[in-house]
Parts: sequence; structure tokens; C-alpha cells
Amino acid sequence: MIKARGLARRFTTKSGPVDAVRGVDIDVAEGELVGFLGPNGAGKSTTLRMLTTLLQPTAGEAIIAGHDLLTDPAGVRRNIGYVGQKNGAGLDQRVGDELDFQARFYGLSKHDARRKVADLLERFELQGMEKRAVITLSGGQQRRLDIAMGMLHDPRLLFLDEPSTALDPQSRRNLWDHIRQLKADGTTVFLTTHYLDEADFLSDRLLVIDHGSIVGEGSPDELKNSVSGDLVVLGTPQAAIVATKFPDAVVDGDKVSFRIPNGDRALPGLLRDLGDLGVELHSVQVHRPTLDDVFLTMTGRSLREEADAA
Amino acid sequence: MLRDTWLVFCRVMLPVLRNPVAIVFGLAQPLLYLGLFGPLLGDTGWQWFVPGLLVQMALFGTAYAGFSLLPEVRTGVMERLRVTPVSRVALLVGRVGKDVVLLVVQGLLIMLAAMLFGFRASPGEILLGLGLVALLGVAIGSASYAIALKVKLEYVFASVLSSTIVPLMLLSGVLLPMSNGPKWLYWLSRVNPLAHVVDAERSIFNTGSVLLGLAAVSVLVLAGVFYGVRTFHRESA
Repeated sequence: MIKARGLARRFTTKSGPVDAVRGVDIDVAEGELVGFLGPNGAGKSTTLRMLTTLLQPTAGEAIIAGHDLLTDPAGVRRNIGYVGQKNGAGLDQRVGDELDFQARFYGLSKHDARRKVADLLERFELQGMEKRAVITLSGGQQRRLDIAMGMLHDPRLLFLDEPSTALDPQSRRNLWDHIRQLKADGTTVFLTTHYLDEADFLSDRLLVIDHGSIVGEGSPDELKNSVSGDLVVLGTPQAAIVATKFPDAVVDGDKVSFRIPNGDRALPGLLRDLGDLGVELHSVQVHRPTLDDVFLTMTGRSLREEADAA
Repeated sequence: MLRDTWLVFCRVMLPVLRNPVAIVFGLAQPLLYLGLFGPLLGDTGWQWFVPGLLVQMALFGTAYAGFSLLPEVRTGVMERLRVTPVSRVALLVGRVGKDVVLLVVQGLLIMLAAMLFGFRASPGEILLGLGLVALLGVAIGSASYAIALKVKLEYVFASVLSSTIVPLMLLSGVLLPMSNGPKWLYWLSRVNPLAHVVDAERSIFNTGSVLLGLAAVSVLVLAGVFYGVRTFHRESA
């Protein structure tokens, strides 16, 4: 559905050229839900803007939904849906009008547009809001309207740029359900996010981008497994004794933590061994690596710190 | 492409039709000129003043059109439209069409109001007069959207407008005849294409040639539309 090779974008700024994206290869198969994860400024949106014809690449080539990005951008546009980072509905417009015009922009007849709009209003829980001005909608409603506008022509491939930014947790969860439903209905989805939980929850496969290059790729579980082992935290008065058994162990008061591969399966044997040594245990915790750990391993920086700094 | 333009036109026209008060507000300024400035020119002044007022309406009415684009650039509206297969030219022309239609309606209303004061015009003259004003509106509207798309910020756009429109208006002879002034001022006004459009508009409702004004407005339309289309093709909104 997406096949991009060496896609790059250089911006010319006053302080010299900036390589926002340094030649990325992207392959997305039909029906996949792929997450594009990276900190702010990593090149996610620039890549997405190139894939959706909004920005001319300075190098590279791509076939998107069967059409060549460079020679047939109009063909690409007809076959993809795009939901940008910011709200796409005019604030002075009515919900029903915007959906209707959007359908007609994609070439639907008046009659087909009306049918499709009614269908999408229901699917995205916007029934009865046709006559409302867009400006009166809540953030979650506006976001659902954006996605509905991206789906009017039944695109086989939908791009979502930071879909849940600025939504409250409840609307966010609701939006995720809608996105998963799109995938269940057979739409290929490519979304960018800098939220780990979102990437983890939604994606079949993740591409991790940093400083304009793809630094990792795989399913959320594969990526987590690539971090060497699960984090085990034991509460014990003999933390120092336990620590001598594991080279990378960290002692913090009466807690000791270390990483072991496949922690859930290794733990029973481990606890038996410690019991034989006479170590007394108060608590046991096993943490699967998070995508934040993945990001840290791949880039040496924590995505969470980036998000906090932003 | 025609269908695209029509759709874009309808999309921007609909909010205006749903709230037509805006059209009335657009009439406030020319009405004030008509009521508070026109009488200063005496009974014979109307034939001379009203055509100039129409050109002034075209200038102010469409030069500010770009402001309506800025919120759509700042939110994701323009971006959303640019990802649809809609022709880039239609995105511009549909919008300009809305402004020109509004301009023609307002121009007609102002002429009818002026007739109450003593302005005289035949239906043919009205049609020609509105046609010339509409062409000017196309030129200035296209340029306005293109400049708005380039500068992107309201306050920059506002200062670009005020620093160009006021001199253009003063040097067009809309309010007082340029031939009354010193030679250098007169010759300066001859360099302003708008002055020739004003002359032509006056010729329509009186006597005289419209050729020079028609030539000036044609050049403006070509330049404005060319600049507008090029900018809408290039600029990533």
C-alpha cells in the first residue's frame, strides 16, 4: 500500500540547510495498522506530508495506493484519506455542509454524498449534529468529524497525523476504538504519534524515527523484546545480597531491581534459588519493557523526557 | 475543474447566505461616503462621484478578502482541501468568485441608492459599470489571497494592505479630480493603473473612452490571477 525509497526532505533556512528527513524507506502492506513513532521534531509530520502530496520530497520516490507520488499526485490524492494534526473543518461551517462538500470534492454525486454523509455521521457518533456550527463542537467531536471527512470516499489507505493530541482521556479512548474499527473494516492505517501508549495500543507494527532516520521497526512486542529482558523489582531487607547475583542490579533502600530475559518464566526458579540462599522477600514485581525503554535503547534518549520538555 | 470551482464557491458562499447581515455591513462604508461626502460635490457631482465610489468598493471589498483565508490556513482547513483531488486553481477561483459576486450585489445596491440622490444610469451602463468593477475585483481578490497565503500572519497582512491600498486609492482620483492638483501629482496618478480604471468607469456613465481603463484592468487581471494561481500551486498551506 505504501512503498517509499530514500524519501528525503531538506529545508533551506536562514541558518543553513536542515535535513528534516534523511532518506527513509517505508513499506506498509494492505490492511496493516502502522504506527510512526518519534519525538517532536523527529521528522514524522514531514514524512507524512511528503507521503500525502502536501510536500515535495527533495529526494527519493514512493508508490502510494498504487500511484506514483512524483508523477501522479492527483491519483494518490484520489485514493488516500488524510487527517491532519489540526482540525480540518471550517469553524464558520455547519457539520453537515462540510461533510457534504468534502464528499463532493472527492467526486461523489449529490445523492451518493448524502447517503455517505448519513452513514459516517452515524459511524462516528455525530448523528443529529448536521446543523450544528463546527465551532460549537467539543474537541473529541471535532476530531471524529475530521476522521469522517477523511473517510467519505472510502479510501483504502488512511493517514492520521497525531490523532489524539489535545483530547481528554475518555475521548481519546473513544477515538482509538474508532481507529481500530477502521482497521477491522479493512482500511490500511498509517498514523504518527509521540504517545507510547497510543502506539502500543493501536499498532500492528511500529516504525521508530529519530533525527530524520528510521532507527527501529517491528511489532510493539518485538521491539520490547529487543530490549534486553524484563525489569524485576524485589523488595527485601537483604537487597545487597541479591545485588551480588546480578551484575547490573540497582539497589534502592530495601528494593533491588535488575533485568532478566523472559522475566515471567524465569521468576519461579529465581525465587526458589533466592529462598535456598535464605533471602527473605516482601514483594515481587515484573515489568515488561515499555516502548519508552525501547526508544531509550534505540536513541539513548527517553521519549517521555522529550514529551515533558515539549 | 468547473465543477471544482463551483463547489469551492458554494462552500464559501453558504456561510454568507446563512448570515446575510455581513452583506449589509459591507454596504455601510460606501453608504457613508454617499451620504456624507457626495453632497459636498453639489448636484452635478453624482455622475462623477458614484463611478469612483464603485471602484473604491472593488478595491476595499476584495483587497481584504485574504483575511478570510488566514483562519483556514491556521487551522487545518486549507491542508485538508489540498489533499483532496480538487484543482488548486479552483481553490483560488471559487473564493474570488464569492467576493466578486458580493461586490456586484453591493455595487448594484449602491447605484440604486445613489439614484435616490440624483445619480442617473441606464441598465446598459449599470451592466457595463458592474462588469468593469467585477474585473478589478478578480484581479485584486486573487492577489489578496495569494499575499495572505504568503505572509500567513494577520498583522503582517494588515500592514501590507494599508501600505498599498491607501496610496493606490489616493492616487486614483476617486475622491477629487487629480487634474486639480500640481503637475507631479497628476503624473504620479497616471502611473497608477487604478486611476485609468476610475476614468473608464466614469466614461461609462458619462462620455469618453474606456479603452485605456479596459487595458489597465486586463493587465491587472492577468497579473493578479497569474500570481494567485502560481502561489496556490506552490505554497504549502
